This record gives sequence, C-alpha cells and structure tokens, in this order.
Amino acid sequence: MATLNLVQAINLALQQEMQKDDRVIVLGEDVGPNGGVFRVTEGLHAQFGDDRVIDTPLAESGIIGTAIGMAMNDLRPVPEIQFEGFLGPAYDQIVNHAARSRSRSRGAITVPLTIRVPVGGGIHAPELHSDSPEAIYAHSPGIKVVMPTTPYDAKGLLISAIRDPDPVIFFEPKRVYRSFREEVPEDEYTIPIGEAKIVSEGDDLTVVTWGASLFQCIEALDNAPDDVSIELIDLRTIDPFDMDMIAESVEKTGRCVVVHEAAMTCGLGAEISSRVQERCFLHLEAPVQRVTGFDTLMPYYKLENEYLVNAKRVGQAIEEALAY
Amino acid sequence: MPKTTAYTASIEYISILDEQGKFDEKLGKGLITDEQALDLYERMTVCRQLDEFAFKLQRSGRMGTYPQNKGQEAAAVGSALALTPGQDWVVPSYRENAALFMMGLPMHYVLQYWMGDERGSQIPENVKMTPLSVPIGTHMLHAAGIGYAERIRGTKNVVATYFGDGATSEGDFHEAMNFASVLKSPVIFINQNNSWAISVPRDKQMASETVAQKALAYGMPTVRVDGNDIFAVKYAMDDAVKRARAGEGPSFIEAVTYRLGDHTTADDARRYRDPQEVEAWIARDPLIRTRKYLESKKLWNQAKDDTLQERAKTIVKEVVATAEGVSKPEIDSIFNAMFAEPHTELVRQRDTMRTSSLGKDPSQTGLKNTTQNV
Repeated sequence: MATLNLVQAINLALQQEMQKDDRVIVLGEDVGPNGGVFRVTEGLHAQFGDDRVIDTPLAESGIIGTAIGMAMNDLRPVPEIQFEGFLGPAYDQIVNHAARSRSRSRGAITVPLTIRVPVGGGIHAPELHSDSPEAIYAHSPGIKVVMPTTPYDAKGLLISAIRDPDPVIFFEPKRVYRSFREEVPEDEYTIPIGEAKIVSEGDDLTVVTWGASLFQCIEALDNAPDDVSIELIDLRTIDPFDMDMIAESVEKTGRCVVVHEAAMTCGLGAEISSRVQERCFLHLEAPVQRVTGFDTLMPYYKLENEYLVNAKRVGQAIEEALAY
Repeated sequence: MPKTTAYTASIEYISILDEQGKFDEKLGKGLITDEQALDLYERMTVCRQLDEFAFKLQRSGRMGTYPQNKGQEAAAVGSALALTPGQDWVVPSYRENAALFMMGLPMHYVLQYWMGDERGSQIPENVKMTPLSVPIGTHMLHAAGIGYAERIRGTKNVVATYFGDGATSEGDFHEAMNFASVLKSPVIFINQNNSWAISVPRDKQMASETVAQKALAYGMPTVRVDGNDIFAVKYAMDDAVKRARAGEGPSFIEAVTYRLGDHTTADDARRYRDPQEVEAWIARDPLIRTRKYLESKKLWNQAKDDTLQERAKTIVKEVVATAEGVSKPEIDSIFNAMFAEPHTELVRQRDTMRTSSLGKDPSQTGLKNTTQNV
C-alpha cells in the first residue's frame, strides 16, 4: 500500500474518478499544466487533456457558475477555488444557484458539483489566504460541506463527493497538505458523507474537532494525565454532521469540548454545543466548552500562531471541564 | 514611433420589417415562411392575452407578483424559431415566455410558478431549459457551462440565454461572456434591451452607445437588431446558431425592444416614464407590425383576427384553470427536495413540522425528546 500525503491522496482520487467517469471535469485557475498552486491537480492535464482539465479565466463566480451549468447538463465538474478567501465572489452562485437548483425545480435540474477549496491558516500565507469559512456554508441549506483531515479520509470522501448527486464543498486543510503521510489503498473506496470518526476512544470526556486542529487536539490528549480517558472525534463532514456519534459519545463521557479554527460567534461549535445540551442534558457533568479562533480577523502571519488553536488552550478547556 | 490603430470595430444594425410594415425583400427572403409567420403571430397574441389575464389575476389576489412580457414577444418568438425543441437549450430570465412555450414548456407552468409553487419550475424531461431565473444576470454563466457540456460531447446543440439591458451591468454577465468565448461554448447571448431596468433608463445603466458593443471586448461576433421585428431577430439568430453549431463559439444579439408594461405588477412605471415615450413604442408594437405584414400578404384579415382573439381567450382560460386547479404542494416536499436523500436532521425537522403544523400526535413520530422539538 502506498504511503501518501494529503495532496497525493486527493490527486489520486481525482485521477481515478476521471479515469472511471469521463463526465468528471477539473477546472479552475492554474489547474492545468501548472498542476494548481498546491500541485493537487498535477499530472491530470497531461493525462486527460484540455477538454477535461481546464485552465479557466481568473474569475471565481465564473468558475462556479460555469461549473453549475456543466453539472446541470450531466457533467461532474470538480472546480478548484485557489484559496478559501476567494470564495466570496462565488458565494452568490453557490448559495443562490448550486444550493437551490434541485429544490426550486423539485428535482428536475440538479447540480452534482464538487467545489475543492484549500482552507485555514498556518502556512505563512498572504492576507485572505488563511480563513475558515465552513460555518457560512453549513448555514446555507442545500449544499454539503466536507473537511477531511487525513489522506485516507480525503481520498474516500472526495470520491463520495464527486459521486454525490448534490453539490458539495470539499475543504482541504492546507496546513496538513504535506505535514504527514499515511497508508492509502490504491483501489477506490468511499467514506460516506455525514459520518464522523472516533480517532481515539475514551470514557471521561469527548473532544469534537475537524480540520487541521485535529493535531493540536491529539497533542493535548498526549499531554493529559494518564488517568484521564478522552474520546476524540474527527467530524470529517461539517454539514450534515454526525450528531448521533457526538451524542452517543457525550452520553457516555458526560463532558464535551468542541475545537475549531474558525471564529467563535455563530461557528459550528455553537451548533454542536446547542445540540449536545438538547440531546444529552441529563448526561452532562459540565458545560460544553469551546476552543476556537477569536472573533477577530485572521491576523497576517506574524501573529497567526497566536491566533490558531493550540494544544495548551485545548488542554485548559479539558482541565476545566473535568474539574467542573 | 508613429501611433497606429490597435483595434477597430463597427456594429451592424438589422431591420427587415419596420413599424410601417415595410419589408426588406433582400434580407428577409426565405427567413420565415408564411406558415411560420402565421404561427408566430398566433403565439404572440396568445402570450399577450396571457399577460393581460395574469395582470388581472394578480390584481384580484389570485396570483403573486408577475412580470409582464408585453411588447417583447417578437424577440422571444423570432429567436426561438431558430432553435430545435428537445435538443437546443434555453436558459431564460423571466421576460421571454413565448420562447419557452415554443421550446415545449406547458403554458401553465409559468403561471403555476408565479402563483408561488416550485412545481412550475419542475421542467419536464423532454424540455431543455433551466427554470426562470430571478436574480439578475447570474444565469448566463450556466449557459456557458451547459454549452460546454454539449461541445465536449460532440453534439451540435446550442444554448440560447436571455437577459435584459440592466443585467449587462452585473459582473457575472461579463464573466459569462468571457467564459463562453474562451471555452468556445455554443451560446447565443440574447439581450432584450427594453430600455428600462425597473425605473433606471438605459442611459443611466451604461455609458456605451449600444449593448452589442460589450461583446467586442470578448472577441464575440455581435449585432444589434430591431427586437420588435421577428425577421431581424430570426436573421441574426440564424447566423449565430450556424456559427455555434459549427463549433465557432458564442455570439451576441442586442434586440432593441421596449417594456410596454410595468416592471412587474408591484411596479408603477408612470412614476418614472414619459407617457409620450410609451406612446411612441406602442406604435412599434411587434403584434401590430406582424399583423400588417400578414395582411399585406393577404394572409390575414379582421375576421381571422377576431377568431384568433377568441381562441386565444379560450386557451388562456384553460391555462389559468389548469394552473389554479393544481392542488397545494405537500409540506413534506420542502424537505424532500433539498437533496437526493434527505439527511437525518432534515428528516427530524420534517417530522417535527408534521407534528407542530399538522397537529399529529407527537408520539406517532417515534422521536425522543419531542417536547422540546415541537
């Protein structure tokens, strides 16, 4: 079995799906011979040619709007938006067209579209290249939002997204792109959208996280006292998220800490916290804690490490929840 | 170095049947057969009556906001005549009903839509169109993508997309023009320049002399035509469709027309339009002009017109009856239509909606903790 990083695993999934289904089209800025600014689409242009790997004009709304038309006419476009900060111009197309088309046509005109977007901070990028906007799209009905963290999950979830009959935003934590490798099967496999994953089992407290923050959570778990048993959940899908797995875990542990890189107010942590108290109220031993980005702009990179969630802050929240 | 000319261009204007009914034999010969001209006139007449009836439906509370097409029927039917229903696509805005009916959309769909029912946008499978698009100027991008799919599948099918003068101010319009051009997508951009974007006149909307010249920036063949002249529209459309089918990419047509009615039933154009301007355009009404043409060819007379008006009335009454006869949609449909399969939380909310709105016993839903959900 090959040992791949996140970039290679996503590339492999794209390559295999394009091979399998000639309706799959990759399009975006610099995705052709250049292979994308993160090299995620490397080699695809050479293998599949101009018609299926399209270097588009520099216009995000144009990319998504055109991809929507392709999807309406039975292609399976996989547009790339170069950085999450550039999703803004495409917001109207995503929310008012991709997300609405099935419903407003009562199933007549559907949009099987997978929008790939590098997301999050931690790579010393320029301004507007480090945001975490997943909650904005989770709040918009009609579009699924996925954020895998590991190469294995990314391959399986991307294949599911491409085969999904509805639009999916596929966020790729860019801090993880080349940070580690793991074994990824050569054969195609899928991971269902909407299923979270228990990274490690435990009985005393549940940590729920997604994206690059997973690694700060793992570090915090490593630092926790030996007699504390913590369950760590990687959400993987942001919308619809796996509330059943969270509830089952919190009913067992009685304590919950939600960790995300995005700003706090109206972040997905708020939704999870609210649903935990709705579903697990009588099991809770402590208030649900949140460890999140601040309600500030994501700072330029000299201060980004201070902004990003770290193991110490996660550790403190765990301590507080346990001591309550 | 002396200065040289980097680029020059001019825009052709085409008029074949003018408002006096004068016909240019040279340009117009063989464009539209007598039989087709009669058919288009009948279609325009039915659409006009549908519009008038729709206005009354809104005023009497039987329909929500409705945008009349009145005055723009020639641009719709003249362009759709060049398309092949069931193969070519139409990506509409909302002021070209007559074209949609020619492509095979049952007439009651449009009324059902404006009566507040999404099933009016549930396009039948054999009709190649996207639903009416309310956000201005965003749908032309879909035409670029739909056309691209046809191109790489190797079909000869084309995509016609309709939009107004105001839409050409939107960023997505320019992105659509650029994408269609660069991707050689077989799209015909049909601009219905009706002079008004709600209350904003064309000269406040743009500083360019024509809308057609905007296409020059995208390397796209472009032309301005008399949009109330079915022949001029058909002429430009034939040209554009031929290029698109031959793999030569998109074209642009500016059809100069006029919105004889209000923007929608929620608007009152008397607040901002000079009545004399409206009067002048009433004289250029595409229906009057087409009728004059038919009469000049001894194909039409008052008796035939009286019969047609009566028949149109009957057709419209039937269409309205069909639209009004449709039962109210099931509340479950708002949940079930979100995705191919509704996810767990949607199912829970659907069941909650059933118990709270429809008064069913919460214990029947199989939910836990129902007290806080209902």
